[in-house]
Amino acid sequence: MPYEVYSVNGPVVTARGAASLAMMESVRVGSEALMGEVVSVRGEDAVIQVYEDTVGLRPGDPVAGTGGPLAIELGPGLLHNIFDGVLRPLRALEKASGAFMARGVNIGALDTERKWDVTVLVKEGDAVAPGTVYAECRETELIVHRCVSQVSGTVTKTAPNGEYDVTETLAELKDARGKTHTLALRQTWPIRTPRPVRNRLPISRPLITGQRVIDTLFPVAKGGCAAIPGPFGAGKTITQHQLAKWSDADIIVYLGCGERGNEMTQVLEEFTELLDPRSGKPLLSRTVLLANTSNMPVAAREASIYTGMTVAEYYRDMGYHVAIMADSTSRWAEALREIAGRLEEMPAEEGFPAYLPSRLAEFYERAGYMVTLSGAEGSVTVIGAVSPQGGDFSEPVTQNTKRFVRTFWALDRQLAYARHFPAINWITSYSEYVDDLEPWYREKFGDDFSVLRTRIARLLLEESKLMEIVKLIGADILPDDQKLVIEAARIVRLGFLQQNAYHETDTYVPIEKQKGMMEICLYFYDAVKPLLDKGIPVGQLRDTGILDALIRIKYDVPNDKLDMLAGYREKIDGAVRTVLEANL
Amino acid sequence: MRIDYIGISEINGPLIVLDGVSGVGYDEVCEITLGAGQRRAGRVIRLEGDRAVVQVFEGTGGLSLENVSTRFTGHPMELPLSKEMLGRVFNGAGSPIDGLGAVFPQESRNINGSAINPVARKYPRSCIYTGISAIDGMSTLIRGQKLPIFSGAGMRHNEVAAQIVKQARVSGDDGDFAIIFAAMGVKNDTADFFRRDFEESGALQRVVMFLNMASDPIIERILTPRCALTAAEYLAFTLGYHVLVIMTDMTSYCEALREFSSSKGEIPSRKGYPSYLYSDLASLYERAGMIEGMPGSVTQVPVLTMPNDDITHPIPDLTGYITEGQIVLDREMDQSKLYPPITVLPSLSRLMKDGIGKGFTREDHPALSNQLFSSYAKVQEARALAGVIGEDELSETDKKYLRFGKLFEENFVRQEPGENRTIDQTLETGWQSLSALPTDELDRVDAVLLKKYYKEDGLIALRGSI
Repeated sequence: MPYEVYSVNGPVVTARGAASLAMMESVRVGSEALMGEVVSVRGEDAVIQVYEDTVGLRPGDPVAGTGGPLAIELGPGLLHNIFDGVLRPLRALEKASGAFMARGVNIGALDTERKWDVTVLVKEGDAVAPGTVYAECRETELIVHRCVSQVSGTVTKTAPNGEYDVTETLAELKDARGKTHTLALRQTWPIRTPRPVRNRLPISRPLITGQRVIDTLFPVAKGGCAAIPGPFGAGKTITQHQLAKWSDADIIVYLGCGERGNEMTQVLEEFTELLDPRSGKPLLSRTVLLANTSNMPVAAREASIYTGMTVAEYYRDMGYHVAIMADSTSRWAEALREIAGRLEEMPAEEGFPAYLPSRLAEFYERAGYMVTLSGAEGSVTVIGAVSPQGGDFSEPVTQNTKRFVRTFWALDRQLAYARHFPAINWITSYSEYVDDLEPWYREKFGDDFSVLRTRIARLLLEESKLMEIVKLIGADILPDDQKLVIEAARIVRLGFLQQNAYHETDTYVPIEKQKGMMEICLYFYDAVKPLLDKGIPVGQLRDTGILDALIRIKYDVPNDKLDMLAGYREKIDGAVRTVLEANL
Repeated sequence: MRIDYIGISEINGPLIVLDGVSGVGYDEVCEITLGAGQRRAGRVIRLEGDRAVVQVFEGTGGLSLENVSTRFTGHPMELPLSKEMLGRVFNGAGSPIDGLGAVFPQESRNINGSAINPVARKYPRSCIYTGISAIDGMSTLIRGQKLPIFSGAGMRHNEVAAQIVKQARVSGDDGDFAIIFAAMGVKNDTADFFRRDFEESGALQRVVMFLNMASDPIIERILTPRCALTAAEYLAFTLGYHVLVIMTDMTSYCEALREFSSSKGEIPSRKGYPSYLYSDLASLYERAGMIEGMPGSVTQVPVLTMPNDDITHPIPDLTGYITEGQIVLDREMDQSKLYPPITVLPSLSRLMKDGIGKGFTREDHPALSNQLFSSYAKVQEARALAGVIGEDELSETDKKYLRFGKLFEENFVRQEPGENRTIDQTLETGWQSLSALPTDELDRVDAVLLKKYYKEDGLIALRGSI
């Protein structure tokens, strides 16, 4: 007996029929063939979460299984494109149904009309195993798309190099049992299954972001996980955008999960215009955008992070370093909660289902620095935004996320109110990767990099303790050496930690300049100390204008003229001399 | 041929349960006829085999298990739409209540709307001048934005909303302007206040009102914003109007949703609100925007009263995560009769950065607002310190900050409910307040702008009394 709709409750539909649907099987519901997925099977009932609006669905409508779990199409054409949470191409959907999303439009992720200039890399008689690269084509100006085999066998037939669309056969294989497989540009992969790799490598390289507070104080590693929690308005999205724009990953998967529609439009616009600082090509050429905005179906939001992760892993397997930005994982957790509520599951903390931590772990653990099946090195770095309820970090999503990430950039409402951006609180944030990455920093930037980092961090910590006192009794009665700490930390805060995402020079800063700036800040601190011994108050330095000049280094020294930094030491010396002379 | 189902098998709050139905779709609308010939409307919210759960819009009072016959219409809840809606008044479910008869519809649309495809959206860039300095200068409203007002019970959010409606205009005016006013669970006084205000300013002919009073059924309250936004989308994307939607009070809406959810027996999440509160609010707020290749725009200014003035309460919290910023009103400012009581530090407009500055408002606008924010944040620190050690003990710099704070609040923020400031006036007042500070405290403004706009402290008088 075929399955039929029995009950409808929002996005949760129960189908009744012979017990042939499998758990997590992808299904088509109703006459419009709405996409759905089986989430529980009970006797002759199968509970389905539907990825589209269920308005108009009736008991008795047909339900058909697809025979496999929810899988997505992978192949060239993902980059420079935008999709929904189950990888349906939004541009094609717009063509099919206009400016507003319609239901039941099932369009594959890849454009089947488009031809790619393919080089076939296997020849007859070759043995192919999972991991063998059998063909490649240039997907965008920046990225060569390598097709990695999922099956093994011996090549019996190949097509010549030339123009092919994603469906045409490039090679045929015969496996050990005599079964024939065809290889084309297009492949599919179930989104909830991690793609296999040969082995995991230890963390050793940072993801360079050009953001000072991140690169120097709280770095994230390639293959690592970071979380950005913060209340609304604290700058989560802008930080994510900055990382997507400037980080040195080869591929960016940007996932707008339950967020604002206008934001995705902005990303799309901006990334088309902005050029990658390394290659000078549009950023979109290395970016896959996934947009499941907050008003799109909630079940698709739940699936979207797995979709994003699968796309990221797919490019990792070609030997690329991929960074996936998920904005925001809290919306995903809420989708989980919403569906759990509809399924009448027993709620745990704050109404979230009890399996929230294990689902979060499953997601974050798919990150890593890997040797792929083809023997290349590739990585997936996960950067997840968290939107804690009421900005309270003790809520379940933030707390459970903290267990699975090793870099934690805590955004602070007070800093955001004072328009200190990025509003990453330097006291509550942390990065466990600092030690892992130490050898890399030492090799590239010398032994003193970590010394500088430690001194800057200590200065800021000292200041935050002093500020407690200042808040109570004012800065005037502090002894001079403590005033110097406050003055120097102010330069670090305004000149170094604050970074202007909208300023041409300041939006991306190479680590060389970051190091130079740290040196200048600390040089100032050391050079002014002699004044204190002579009993000259630090305040006198203000009139020399040196403080402002130091804060403005970020704007005044272009990223390609770092030799200008040396001049600032002389300026500091000069300012100190001026003050000394004035006190003779 | 439609079937009439006689009798029902269960009544629970606003819900009725029918058994033995067939061919009924999820979310379908039905007509319920009582024995006395009285008619009510309902909507299918759950289907299970041949059993349908229906929510009755006007409430279930007077219904019994026998005296009812129900007929399903075969389609979801639709709103008849026409240009004639302008100037009319409707109830929360979209039926006219001004005694002028039904609207002759050009077309009817599902009130739930559909999500706008992100690639079809046009990124909002042109700003709307409200004539209120605290908004225009610090949290500029952009056409196609959703910018809520976070208020508390008893504060003057209605006045602020009315002032926005009266003064709102767009630079380089193109296209007609229309206002949709959706009242959810408001008191009669409030509805009257708005109606009078629209009348006095001559705006009534441009306004469509959807009124759901505090005593009206909660199910209608859940429909109110959906009807209003459906009308807004029609006026904007079909007829090319620039539509400003005022929705007040979102807190009543959310409470209606909670009441309704608990009557359905759903598992409650935070503070008893349903777990889908975020998705539900998003399905309303995300209906703001502009579409590439279509004239018109939908701009939303929802008003919500924060229970106990708590910005971390689920309603303002989830709203803030969806909307593109917020205008926050402050109890203390309101009590000291500072109008508008807009507290600028937690207020924010996310779309502002792309709609101000050179070519939009004025070149110094971004830097100036940034500086005002950062300096005003320091005022708070200085005040906190003064509270502990006394004003006299403060350093000279901190004293200057106190003076800046006064100037900023009294000259920049404070204005009359009828006062309409141009953007130039707003920015000038901002620079005047900054003149209380020495230039080396102004770290957000570059030297060129500073030279051009900064004024020495001419001991500008404070407006108003302190």
